[in-house]
Amino acid sequence: MELVNGHPKSLKSVQTKYCPGCGHGVIHRLVCEVIDELGAQERSVIMNPVGCSIWADLYFDFDSVQAPHGRTPAAATGVKRMLPDHLVICYQGDGDLAAIGTAEIIHAANRGEKFTGIFVNNAIYGMTGGQMAPTTLVGQKATTAPYGRDPVDAGMGFPIQVCELLATLSGTKYLARGAVNNAANVRKTKQYIKKAFEAQLRGEGFGLVEILSPCPTNWQMKPGESVEWLEQNMMPFYKLGEIKNTLEEASK
Amino acid sequence: MSEEKRLMKGNEAIGEAAVRAGCRAYFGYPITPQNELTAYMAKHMLDKKRTFIQAESETAAINMVFGAAATGARSMTSSSSPGISLKQEGISYACGADLPMVIVNIARSGPGLGGISPGQADYFQSTRGGGHGDYFHLVLAPKSVQEAADLTYKAFELADKWRMPVMILADGLIGQMMEGVVLPPAIDPESLPRKPWGVGHQADTHRANNHVSSINLVPVELEALVRARFKRYEEIKKTEVDFEEVNCEKADLILVGYGTSSRVALGALEMAKAQGIELGLFRPISLWPFPEKRIAELAAKGKKFLAVEMSMGQMVEDVRLAANGKGEVHFYGRCGGVIPSEEEVLAEAKRLLGK
Ligand SMILES: Cc1ncc(C[n+]2csc(CCOP(=O)(O)OP(=O)(O)O)c2C)c(N)n1
Ligand code: SF4
Ligand SMILES: [Mg+2]
Repeated sequence: MELVNGHPKSLKSVQTKYCPGCGHGVIHRLVCEVIDELGAQERSVIMNPVGCSIWADLYFDFDSVQAPHGRTPAAATGVKRMLPDHLVICYQGDGDLAAIGTAEIIHAANRGEKFTGIFVNNAIYGMTGGQMAPTTLVGQKATTAPYGRDPVDAGMGFPIQVCELLATLSGTKYLARGAVNNAANVRKTKQYIKKAFEAQLRGEGFGLVEILSPCPTNWQMKPGESVEWLEQNMMPFYKLGEIKNTLEEASK
Repeated sequence: MSEEKRLMKGNEAIGEAAVRAGCRAYFGYPITPQNELTAYMAKHMLDKKRTFIQAESETAAINMVFGAAATGARSMTSSSSPGISLKQEGISYACGADLPMVIVNIARSGPGLGGISPGQADYFQSTRGGGHGDYFHLVLAPKSVQEAADLTYKAFELADKWRMPVMILADGLIGQMMEGVVLPPAIDPESLPRKPWGVGHQADTHRANNHVSSINLVPVELEALVRARFKRYEEIKKTEVDFEEVNCEKADLILVGYGTSSRVALGALEMAKAQGIELGLFRPISLWPFPEKRIAELAAKGKKFLAVEMSMGQMVEDVRLAANGKGEVHFYGRCGGVIPSEEEVLAEAKRLLGK
């Protein structure tokens, strides 16, 4: 069953706290549509990150666990190991996953943990007000990169391509990067999420879907401009598509 | 049917007691002097098809426990002092989310990397809520291999009963030494009741969503949650205080020590007896809640106290708080991994008694 119109059952019909033009809301919806299609609402657990989607439990209509900032993949490991037939979703922002939680994501992926990462890459720290993230592009301004990200001299490092980094690990089975900039990419992103969730429910892991997502507020743009900025700046560097697919289904 | 006595290392006895308590998941990271415990869990948890993971760090390990505990499963981690420092973030979150779990600290000497010899300088960290925020959790201190097994087993029950982490605070000596131990009966984890607040299995009952979380951004709501937790702490103080005393009514001077220090103090007490000197021994078993009432009673009778610790003086502050100026409180300690000798302790006791 594919939802063509209407509100997903797994998503509460409340107004979110997200800013206009924010990608988190669309991504929540995609996750919930797939859960509904898989009939998995009552056996899903969402791991809330520490970031703008810290309130994910207000919106997702099923169980949730809130771990410390960046430790989400470690906590998801504990949840999934105890509930192997459940759908465990590890929802993380770029600061959460690629800065403070780098060790946790790499090792969970390397162990081939059978949960799914939903990695929202908005190239900024949204919740704390626009600081540089590990995914902030070279030259991109942030409150802590007032003259733009300067990788070497200012010691800001280079933007991290998470899917490509994780692809080197034998434990990873499915890594894809989508975006929520237009309807076509939203549909594609949903397909990636569906593949990853189906794989998880078959007992295959580790899977992660990275999603390029606008943060108009901290990019200091209007929603429309932020979509353009994402297309012109993020998409050339963070290439969309399936970065790695060694799922058993794929080889058939 | 009672079990036969087995000769075991403290670390292994703790592991076996955890397995028997129905621990479904263990997560750890290597550190001396608790490595036998992690290795024991690797072998025995995997043999029983339960979860064992060598985590990438103590930080990850405690958060894996956090996740497993969120489903209601009995789960555990162990480490030693530097690793316990890394777990404090997770312990604060677990206390804020009211999650039961067992944390074992086979303490060494610090600060920093310090040494790998036994220490008792993690008392403040353990009993004051070593992470951020207003919280406490149960802390139990075994003096022997037998008690290490018994208290670990009990820790799982107390954790479930009070929905909070329970820490076993032992030191490297208790972890490493071998003694006879009779082990508690094995509980099948599958036989334990499912916790109504745990995540998962929603389809079975179609219950409302469960959220395991420590966040609340509404100040008055968060205050109410913290206050409710502190009410629970008052209940715990009424029912879970545990201690042992030897000759405290007769003696004027009472040695106060937990774990390894209490064994040294007992030796000093026996040496004193042989010399015709009466000493008492008061041994807190629950460090939080601290047996403050009984110490206050003894202080009111005009007893003097000599706290004996393998630190520069941490538990002694609780003795002072409990005595509240009613009885003199003195301190004798060694640190850096040095274990005080019975002779040293006796000499200090005699000095205080003017003998
Ligand atoms: C240990 C710790 N350090 C810092 C913070 C503050 N903090 C909250 S969210 C956040 C960054 C979130 O950014 P990201 O993961 O990119 O999520 P976004 O808000 O952009 O979706 C930080 C640094 C915290 N909560 N805990
Ligand atoms: S600050 Fe950015 S990420 Fe956060 S809700 Fe607003 S737009 Fe979304
Ligand atoms: Mg971000």
